[in-house]
Amino acid sequence: MDLNSLYQQIILDHYKNPVGKGLREPFDVSVHHVNPTCGDELDVRVHLVENDGVTTVDDISYDGQGCSISQASASVMYELLQGQELTEALAIEGAFHEMISSRGTIEPDEEVLGDAVAFAGVSKYPARVKCALLAWMAFKDAVVQTQSASSLFSSHDAPNGEEATT
Amino acid sequence: MTLIAPDSATAWDLSAIRADFPILSRTVRNDRPLVYLDNAATSQKPTMVLDAERRYYETSNAAVHRGAHQLAEEATEQYEQARARIASFVGGAPDELVFTRNATEALNLLSYAFLNATVKKAAGAELPAGADRFVLAAGDEIVVTEMEHHANLVPWQELCDKTGAVLRWIGITDDGRLDLASMAEVITDRTRVVSFTHQSNLLGTINPVAEVVAAARRVGAVVILDACQSVPHMPVDVLALDIDALTWSGHKMLGPTGIGCLWAKRELLDAMPPFITGGSMIEQVTMERSTFAPPPQRFEAGVPMVAQAVGLAAACEYLDALGMSAVAAHEHDLTSYLLAGLEQIEGVTIIGPTNNIDRGSAVSFVVDGVHPHDVGQFLDDRGIAARVGHHCAWPTCRRLGVPATTRLSPYLYNGRHDLDEALDAVRGVRPYFGAA
Repeated sequence: MDLNSLYQQIILDHYKNPVGKGLREPFDVSVHHVNPTCGDELDVRVHLVENDGVTTVDDISYDGQGCSISQASASVMYELLQGQELTEALAIEGAFHEMISSRGTIEPDEEVLGDAVAFAGVSKYPARVKCALLAWMAFKDAVVQTQSASSLFSSHDAPNGEEATT
Repeated sequence: MTLIAPDSATAWDLSAIRADFPILSRTVRNDRPLVYLDNAATSQKPTMVLDAERRYYETSNAAVHRGAHQLAEEATEQYEQARARIASFVGGAPDELVFTRNATEALNLLSYAFLNATVKKAAGAELPAGADRFVLAAGDEIVVTEMEHHANLVPWQELCDKTGAVLRWIGITDDGRLDLASMAEVITDRTRVVSFTHQSNLLGTINPVAEVVAAARRVGAVVILDACQSVPHMPVDVLALDIDALTWSGHKMLGPTGIGCLWAKRELLDAMPPFITGGSMIEQVTMERSTFAPPPQRFEAGVPMVAQAVGLAAACEYLDALGMSAVAAHEHDLTSYLLAGLEQIEGVTIIGPTNNIDRGSAVSFVVDGVHPHDVGQFLDDRGIAARVGHHCAWPTCRRLGVPATTRLSPYLYNGRHDLDEALDAVRGVRPYFGAA
């Protein structure tokens, strides 16, 4: 194994210049996820918009502190999922999760994962898998919480700005 | 193995010592020789310890304290001899030493003595004579420090939650020393327990035990010392320290995993209600109620970790043959070398005392512009095993304003050549991540 396969330039670039970082409004749910083994912390906010029965990820905003892998992963996630239809965003999340958990056995599909294929090397370092997944797990959690909250209300009076913490 | 006479501290035969540890000759990541510098997390094991465990299983294995056959007798004898050997390593008596799963369990055993005494008293249940010392009332205070491992913090938080007692702590200074000036405000007539670390696993600080004990004695508090980072590295004598209880783990001092130790004064153990209950710890059992065996059996329910005890006793033999003063002197030299080397690297900040006074070999640092996790990964690529993260001392990290650190912690089988490798790697971190 080669350290450069883990720290690809694209990861280091995202770490130094993260895209879409900073918490924004409006949002449906805000979640706080931590990696208790290393102390990484990340807040993720999700804002979903429904038009003609199609739900779109209108915004994902995030902020936190952690290693290059966890921070770059959040940045790449923002680039990939922002503005996507929710079903597509969840499919990308699924593909990313599968690649990261594969111990290097899955050849990632660049069509689906874009820049996120740079994280393929992480799957060979089991101790870093949680770093790469931190933002994505938070996103998924926020979506689940948003949908379970909105199922209690009509879509028009979804509880904008409600804080939820995990 | 090669045993070095205790008085020959000047002749620290590193190559002979290293030959006793088979794992040190393996390679890691791209055939790099292993440079193991994560000893504050766990130590490696000499052949002598591995042989002792194997010999026990091959010749004498049986369930102890039960059975009338010869193997049961031999196993019981080896288990109790191990207890005596390990107790004497810290200057204690055999019947004052309780085996636990690890040091965390030993600290829980103590905190649960307080909880169980308090709950039983409230329920009108029978308690051992002297157990009032363990009965807490709302407003009683438990004192720890701001540099505790979670193992000596969370159990006391839980105890306070359940009893209405109040947790207080002695703060630390910016350079990672105990803030003794604040101690008089923290340790008061309300203090029932003072439980603190002998040596910080994150900062390397060796605490002034005598001063804390004096303050605790003035108010009659029970004094507990977490010795996980001191017993493996320096001479520790429970009577000289004048403490009530000492907790430590076997695996950090060349012994096996799965065994920890609690030493406590006999009168304290006698007064404590049991923690884990079941077989082996009883005196009489009827369908209605049970009475309990005297210590240490009262605190060792179920079939205990006999092979691990035998292995840990062998580790004590190994350490005593080297001499704990000589071990401490060797580590002191390595610590000076490591501190000086790190201080010369641009962008590196040591978290904890930077002078080598009252300081152990666990050295934490941060690298400007590079997260500790990435530092550790870079070191790993060079074959260097370091620990990264908050080291189970999250509040200490928060107090010192760092989310995490990288920690190098040399031990008796490390030499300056290991530290040269590590320092060279640390020098490469900022250029690699584009932070320099």
